[in-house]
Amino acid sequence: MFDLTGKRALVTGASGGIGREIAKALAAAGATVALSGTRVGALEETAGAIGRDCPILPCNLSKLDEVDKLVPAVEAAMGGLDILINNAGMTRDNLFMRMKDEEWDEVLAVNLTAAFHLNRAVLRGMTKQRFGRIIGISSVVGVMGNPGQGNYAASKAGLIGMNKALAHEVVSRNITVNSIAPGFIASAMTDELNNKQREAILSTIPAHRLGTAQEVAGCAVFLCSDAAAYITGHTLNVNGGMAMI
Amino acid sequence: MSDVADRVRKIVVEHLNVDAEKVVEKASFIDDLGADSLDQVELVMAFEEEFSVEIPDDAAEGIQTFGDAVSFLTKAVG
Repeated sequence: MFDLTGKRALVTGASGGIGREIAKALAAAGATVALSGTRVGALEETAGAIGRDCPILPCNLSKLDEVDKLVPAVEAAMGGLDILINNAGMTRDNLFMRMKDEEWDEVLAVNLTAAFHLNRAVLRGMTKQRFGRIIGISSVVGVMGNPGQGNYAASKAGLIGMNKALAHEVVSRNITVNSIAPGFIASAMTDELNNKQREAILSTIPAHRLGTAQEVAGCAVFLCSDAAAYITGHTLNVNGGMAMI
Repeated sequence: MSDVADRVRKIVVEHLNVDAEKVVEKASFIDDLGADSLDQVELVMAFEEEFSVEIPDDAAEGIQTFGDAVSFLTKAVG
């Protein structure tokens, strides 16, 4: 029921963290996984961790001409595409009163506009084959907000709304479109927190620990599997109880 | 019937799963042949592939009936 053998997937932001774990988990479930990101060396490391042949397709998602070439390249490499994971994201934090236009634009471009372009690009193939799984990696910040992250919160909330609209449009073609909203996940970034900062964060999480990238990846495998065929337009909150919504 | 009409009819019959006899000139994809708005987009995509042409959005909006499709594609191919 959770088997993805024969499925072809594209994961953006597969160079590290959650993206790498999602790529590994999809591959472990049987899928062929194309890896995209900006750092080729890191993508090769992900491919090495998977241990099977993975097309590596570097792409800078802030450049739309590169974005628009990505899906055709993936489809050419794998003969089609069944699963799209819009995982890549970035932050440019600043308080609202100080936030520059460029900080807003850059985060929206990578986190939301690129996902729109990729979603649109995969629809032709997916509607034709009458199967598709699209997942956007959102954030608890998109649901709850967070000071200093107006741009990031807008992009992550936008992803959820966009995916719900698309879910309406394509569910009749056996394509599901969902979002995953992780809370605080252990990463290189959270490793840098001092004890005081860490304790402040943990005090807001009923589970009293950070999540792991694997715990997000498992949810992605579930949403891609036959077990989740009747789930669409959903946002799966993976946050240790931080926001029970 | 022209060759273009035959090819268009074949696509419509296959995609919308309707009887060929119902695919007449005035047949509206949505009102008469049971298409939804997404079917209409998919039909246009299928026409583009079959005839190796690009159908711009404003032209696609004008293709409401079988006859519209045949006349557009006859001109586009010709």
